[in-house]
Amino acid sequence: MNVILITVLMLGLLGAVAAVILYFVAQKFKVFEDPRIDEVQEVLPAANCGGCGFAGCRAFAEACVKADTLDGLFCPVGGNEVMAQVAAAIGQEAVVADPKIAVVRCNGSCENRPHTNMYNGASSCAVAAALYGGETACSYGCLGLGDCEVACEFDALHMNPITGLPEIDEEKCTSCGACVKACPKLIIELRKKGPKSRRIFVSCVNKDKGAVAKKACDVACIGCGKCEKVCEFNAITIENNLAYIDPVKCRLCRKCVEVCPTGAIHELNFPPRKEKETIAPVNQEKAE
Amino acid sequence: MKTFKIGGIHPPENKLSANKTIQVAPLPTQAIVMLGQCLGAPSTPVVEKGSEVKVGTLLAKSSGFVSANLHAPVSGKVVKIDEFIDASGYKKSAVVIDVEGDVWEDAIDRSTTLIKEIKASKEEIIKKIADAGIVGLGGATFPTHIKLTPPPGKTAEVLIINGVECEPYLTSDHQLMMEKGEEIVVGITILMKAIGVNRAIIGIENNKPDAIAHLRKIVAQYSGIEVCPLKVQYPQGGEKQLIDAIINRQVPSGTLPVEVGAVVQNIGTAFAVYEAVQKNKPLFERIITITGKSVKTPCNLLARIGTPFSQLIDFCGGLPNDTAKIVGGGPMMGKALVSVDVPMTKGSSGLLMIPEAEAQRQTIRNCIRCGKCVSACAMGIEPFLLMATSERAMWEEAESAHIMDCIECGSCMFVCPSNRPLLDYIRLGKAKVGAIIRSRK
Repeated sequence: MNVILITVLMLGLLGAVAAVILYFVAQKFKVFEDPRIDEVQEVLPAANCGGCGFAGCRAFAEACVKADTLDGLFCPVGGNEVMAQVAAAIGQEAVVADPKIAVVRCNGSCENRPHTNMYNGASSCAVAAALYGGETACSYGCLGLGDCEVACEFDALHMNPITGLPEIDEEKCTSCGACVKACPKLIIELRKKGPKSRRIFVSCVNKDKGAVAKKACDVACIGCGKCEKVCEFNAITIENNLAYIDPVKCRLCRKCVEVCPTGAIHELNFPPRKEKETIAPVNQEKAE
Repeated sequence: MKTFKIGGIHPPENKLSANKTIQVAPLPTQAIVMLGQCLGAPSTPVVEKGSEVKVGTLLAKSSGFVSANLHAPVSGKVVKIDEFIDASGYKKSAVVIDVEGDVWEDAIDRSTTLIKEIKASKEEIIKKIADAGIVGLGGATFPTHIKLTPPPGKTAEVLIINGVECEPYLTSDHQLMMEKGEEIVVGITILMKAIGVNRAIIGIENNKPDAIAHLRKIVAQYSGIEVCPLKVQYPQGGEKQLIDAIINRQVPSGTLPVEVGAVVQNIGTAFAVYEAVQKNKPLFERIITITGKSVKTPCNLLARIGTPFSQLIDFCGGLPNDTAKIVGGGPMMGKALVSVDVPMTKGSSGLLMIPEAEAQRQTIRNCIRCGKCVSACAMGIEPFLLMATSERAMWEEAESAHIMDCIECGSCMFVCPSNRPLLDYIRLGKAKVGAIIRSRK
């Protein structure tokens, strides 16, 4: 009987002492973590893509909670919807940003850009770009080895085996910017998605003089300046024989697309042109 | 027989143009002189469109500490200073000269008499070498005058002359030793005076017994110069390997050869130094080997810088029909050209035409961790690890695995049973890690 009593007392005493020590240690080394970090992390997409510029969603959540304003903090994958939830969770005002999307600024398919040599090395754009200018006479264009496809975590970018160029799936692209960083030729750009996904851009990055660029690729920007002249909104600038359309200033009038002699300016997701609709019936009438 | 201790391979030698007398290549109709011909900053042009130049006229000045002068290789008129594709397909600035006649600058002594006596002082020699735009002709094209002035606090004890020519196919240095042995040895005495050493060793691999015997006979008249025969092993022509082979000293990682008291110069450079100091002749022509298994007449040519490669190929019997790849330099370290229209530069030691059957790379398979690349690596680093880190963009790990020590000799890729593109990725890694290291400063 005595033995049991002593055992219970001893163990009870030991437990009580340990509990007291643990209580003080826990108080001393307590790490305060803002509960809002968890809340923010909860609403984030958990893609951990790094598109926001932080190491992952947790790091972004921490940055959001610590920051005084949400200026400059944006989750491209979640977009405005998620950012509104984040703002609600930490009790701040949401910053609304225009949704963006990746565009490939090269249209040098095998047809448009004849090969002048053959690459036989490691299948990586980074390696090829470190070695030499590329398989065609255009040393600025797409190398077609698919570093961007490997970099895309959202299955939104695929190499088209016929053209040899990457194509972006607008539904899936989250504008995280991984492909932009992966491309050694800096061909991919994040641009404003635009109303109804409509956008106009120069699909070329060749800075050679017009004649050289045209010789290398049928659809190169030759820096002729016609688009710059026709643009009523000063959205187009020409630098180093290459036109660039400012997505903020561009009003999507499509005049530049019409005047471009090489077809280097691309329009996406626009309805068919009116002129074509009017011309077509005339022809039909004649045919009838 | 001496050789270096770590790694090394023995690729088939294929010295097809051995013992072919050096022929003078015909003058081009238009010379394209690239402004970036040496390691470091491209030179700044001092001529303009329309300038009349003679052979040896200064075209462009050195534009920084690591940079070299550039001289007109032909006489005629500068038609434009424009961008032109270099061997890698990128556009670089070049001076284009339309050739008219062959008028040399009056200061150049064109006689063939050997001048042994060195009148110039140490400083004058280095100045003359810098003025003549001499760069390392082994292929690295590092400006020679910088190599001759060791950093403060370091003293050179011995001059090592690289007559190894370990690259398969190439024979230009071999032929130069056979034909211009006397001049080379005088060039070596000039270099010894410039560095302030009284000992020089010429390293020659023993697959060139005629060159060893020939130079031994010549150096017998000079004191302090000796010839050291070496066992054939690639990459013995690497600076650090050669120092290890000849004087048995190991250059620590990240330091220059002068750390162990050695300065290494190439045979071709010694000859160019002789011509610059004794004959006032700037570097505007060099010996280049045109070779390949299907080439009609593989040969060693004395060609002017700026000559389009296509003209040199035509001189040697034209481009063989089965050519699939044209490599500037040797097969191990050379780089494939994007076009035959690119011009020769100071670093062009050879032009190799590879037939279809040999040009294609084999299918890449998985790494089987056999370690052959590690055994072959002459720098004692681990190529498979460097490739893996580069492939995954793990630059810190690549740096700590000493990626910057790689001399890009290609031995690892040569021995890899899985045909892995080791050097491709290591080159990428070196470029990235190099940029990171520079950005820290």
